[in-house]
Amino acid sequence: MRFNKIITLVITAFLLSAFTNLNTPTVIQGYDIGDIATDFSLRNIDGQMVTLADYENVKGFIIIFTCNTCPYAVQYEDRIIALNNKYVDQGFPVIAIMPNNPIIKTGDNPKAMKARATSKGFTFPYLFDEGQKIYPQYGATKTPQVYLLEKTNEGNIVRYIGAIDDNYKDVKLVNTKYVEEAIEALKNGNAIEESKTRTIGCSIKS
Amino acid sequence: MKLLLIFLILLGVSCKTDKHDEVALKLLTVEKTQSIDVPSLEILNYASLEPYLSKEDSLTYVVNFWATWCAPCVKELPHFEKLNNQYKNQNVEVLLVSLDFPSQYDKKLKPFIEKHQLKSKILVLDDVDQNSWIPKVDSNWDGAIPVTLIYNKRKRQFYDRTFDYAELENELKQFIN
Repeated sequence: MRFNKIITLVITAFLLSAFTNLNTPTVIQGYDIGDIATDFSLRNIDGQMVTLADYENVKGFIIIFTCNTCPYAVQYEDRIIALNNKYVDQGFPVIAIMPNNPIIKTGDNPKAMKARATSKGFTFPYLFDEGQKIYPQYGATKTPQVYLLEKTNEGNIVRYIGAIDDNYKDVKLVNTKYVEEAIEALKNGNAIEESKTRTIGCSIKS
Repeated sequence: MKLLLIFLILLGVSCKTDKHDEVALKLLTVEKTQSIDVPSLEILNYASLEPYLSKEDSLTYVVNFWATWCAPCVKELPHFEKLNNQYKNQNVEVLLVSLDFPSQYDKKLKPFIEKHQLKSKILVLDDVDQNSWIPKVDSNWDGAIPVTLIYNKRKRQFYDRTFDYAELENELKQFIN
């Protein structure tokens, strides 16, 4: 009887501690401007693994955390395609990463990602952050969210974090194209005027 | 002459039918507006919203930023409704600030408000210059929703998190006790 009680207590304590750990929110630190961003090996919609180190002759990367299901991300799809088309030949390719857990957001599963990329004609990799290991390291909290990296001998340095531009609603009414201005500044060796911007987005589902 | 008469009669008839249709259409419209019991939305830019975030009266305000497209927001909305219902007579006002897209006001937001019979005060924020107004709500907010602001003239706290009812009530109690 007493033994049973002890067992029950131990099991209860174990369960409680397990749940406490689960409930503790993981503090996302993430990158700040000037930090070196991690490389990754993530699966593209064509089944191939993509790694930043495989890219030769590039000056940097436009990493964009985005997805199928967030209306803000959808609003920016055409602009993401335009960014890649404009900058891929200038050494700044777009790498899109889908950070959501597809069990929670089924519309973001790899099949749906492939379908969306095909129908929109994505000209860049659309990678699946399987196991959600990469977005927390970057500190991404929402979609869409951009990390502009500059490739250096020390690694890929974070130069800009934030929005693509300052008008999600209407591309014709955009005043500042944040990402483009940051790239132009990098190319010309100038300081980036606005290196961090904020925008409403869909929180990443984990 | 006979032909003309027939023509006129036909014209008369067709006109009448048109009028009937118009009346029927009007009736239908009236019926539709009556069944959707949603008052017109209060749509604001940040400058007009700002006074709602800085009142200095005797009330405690619970301001939740949400959107119909945001699943975690929709999930916690009933807790804010319940809070509003339980505390509205205790100097507490819940404000639900929607960040839905203007193109969705009629298609999604209004039907959502009607379907869920939302009783809290609803404000709609339409201001594209997010990079300038987001940090004004709170310097630590990066723009992901939902977020909640609880304040009164003595105290102010910003919550970059979701709530269940007990947690939300617990936070509110620290403002009203």
